[in-house]
Amino acid sequence: MAQNLICIVCPRGCHLTIDENKNVSGNSCPRGVNYAINEITCPKRILTSTVKLVSKSLARLPVITSEEIDKNIIFDVMKELNKVEVKAPIKMHEIIIKNVLNTGVNIISTREIIE
Amino acid sequence: MNKYNVVIIGGGSAGLSAAVKCYDLGVKNILVIEKEDFLGGILNQCIHNGFGLHEFKEQLSGPEYAYRFIEMIKKTDVEVKLNTMVTNVTKDKHVFYTNESEGFQEIEAQTIIFAMGCYEKNAGAIQLAGDRPVGIYTAGTAQKYLNAEGYLVGKKVFILGSGDIGLIMARRMTLEGAKVLGVAEIMPYSNGLNRNIVQCLNDFDIPLYLSHTVTNVIGKEKLEKIELSQVDDNLLPIKGTEKYFDVDVLLLSVGLIPITDLLKNLDIKINARTKGPVVNEHNETSIPGIFVAGNGLHVHDLVDYVSNEARLSAQGVYKFLNGNLHYNNALIVTKNENGIGYIVPQVVNYLNLDDKFVLKFRVTKPFKNVDIVVKADNQIIKKIFKLNLIPSEMENIEITKDLININTKEISVEVKER
Ligand SMILES: Cc1cc2nc3c(=O)[nH]c(=O)nc-3n(C[C@H](O)[C@H](O)[C@H](O)COP(=O)(O)OP(=O)(O)OC[C@H]3O[C@@H](n4cnc5c(N)ncnc54)[C@H](O)[C@@H]3O)c2cc1C
Ligand code: SF4
Repeated sequence: MAQNLICIVCPRGCHLTIDENKNVSGNSCPRGVNYAINEITCPKRILTSTVKLVSKSLARLPVITSEEIDKNIIFDVMKELNKVEVKAPIKMHEIIIKNVLNTGVNIISTREIIE
Repeated sequence: MNKYNVVIIGGGSAGLSAAVKCYDLGVKNILVIEKEDFLGGILNQCIHNGFGLHEFKEQLSGPEYAYRFIEMIKKTDVEVKLNTMVTNVTKDKHVFYTNESEGFQEIEAQTIIFAMGCYEKNAGAIQLAGDRPVGIYTAGTAQKYLNAEGYLVGKKVFILGSGDIGLIMARRMTLEGAKVLGVAEIMPYSNGLNRNIVQCLNDFDIPLYLSHTVTNVIGKEKLEKIELSQVDDNLLPIKGTEKYFDVDVLLLSVGLIPITDLLKNLDIKINARTKGPVVNEHNETSIPGIFVAGNGLHVHDLVDYVSNEARLSAQGVYKFLNGNLHYNNALIVTKNENGIGYIVPQVVNYLNLDDKFVLKFRVTKPFKNVDIVVKADNQIIKKIFKLNLIPSEMENIEITKDLININTKEISVEVKER
């Protein structure tokens, strides 16, 4: 049975079809093929959120996963983020949690906090 | 009185991009005025990724995208005043601002770029029916509370409007432990990107109610309940289709409007459709030397387009300062015809064109398998096939100078069914 998917890799949102032999069509670029195969075997997502921050200017530090993580552990990773508190100064792309839940993926900052 | 060649009001993505481009063109004495204590504007609260594919060929989060431009600004001699609010601008280009260290100040500008961003439509703007208890927020306000302050506005949420900010907030609040009961859209199609429907709603089994709207808001002090109804082809609620949801928050994601307050007493012409100023090919308003950029000109869905378009305003500043902008003769008016909601720019001066210009527009409703036809004085000059067109995505068409001539009076754009 062929499956219809919408590629979420970029804002273009191509309508993809993937058949039982993992042939992908409808993609406007090669990244769509990878996405479709992953999506029916082991869907992955980038997670963005914030962690508690002690600084003069802001109460939350925005963070991102350094790579995609399995979709089904998103809420577990959120729990890890809620345990963290960091202090200014924070550099751009500083590692906030290394190897979160043994995934090999780091949680890194996406904003520079000077003080 | 201090004098500047260009004063840029607003340090969001439009203001920063314009400032960097002015500097690169060799303009001296550039000032950026920003009311917050940081640069980057609204991007700072858009912590999700997906920005920058055009500008930087990578996917960045909002703060990362802003950071790239802030780093560029640091390498220039552009003067930046943070925590500074512009309170008034006069026709002779005097700019009044206030901040804690300098108090009230007046400065003189040769040129001005307004880059103040947009408002979100609120409950009043859409004449939402029913009570006005605590618990009704625009999606962007809730985004700011959550992403900058860590404050979740509620636990049981309904979202009205399927714009991208609402979809992004549906996911964001779900991740933080809220239950999002649904998203309602009055139109029969979504106003958000497909990818956001997938990764923000479908991923979390949040239902999308197309052709539905909120017909009543119930709650004395705090929001208790909303009434949802299906609408007919004329967008009127259908009796007997009411559903009720117990919620403590209703988020509104029902559209954005350019901020033009400071332009009001300048008698600058405002376009009825974009709600931003009428501009020429360099984003210059009806007052020579006064330019606009970003969401203050017309609402953009992608920041990459904002950065790119703001460079045009910077080029306009550069040409104006060198006496190279023309106002009379060779004026071409752009006209939106069948299926096109608006076009920016509204006027083009042939003498100001380098080699090409870009028409930016939105369609009035979704179309499939159609041609976009561009005519110059009723002669077809360009025809582009489109598989899909939707109002929430801004379209661009490049017009090279050889397609028109100095006598061209009108350029029209229309959608033609095949
Ligand atoms: C809530 C929200 C969420 C969005 N999310 C996305 C998204 O996810 N992806 C995307 O691509 N686009 C998004 N957009 C669109 C986004 O607005 C543009 O992509 C872009 O960032 C707009 O840049 P701008 O410079 O025009 O406006 P802004 O970033 O709003 O910048 C305007 C700046 O002007 C300053 N200002 C205003 N008035 C004054 C004054 N009187 N004196 C001094 N300073 C002043 C403001 O403080 C602000 O910093 C979003 C827009 C909104 C409103
Ligand atoms: S297939 Fe390529 S172009 Fe289409 S949405 Fe995916 S990444 Fe974007």
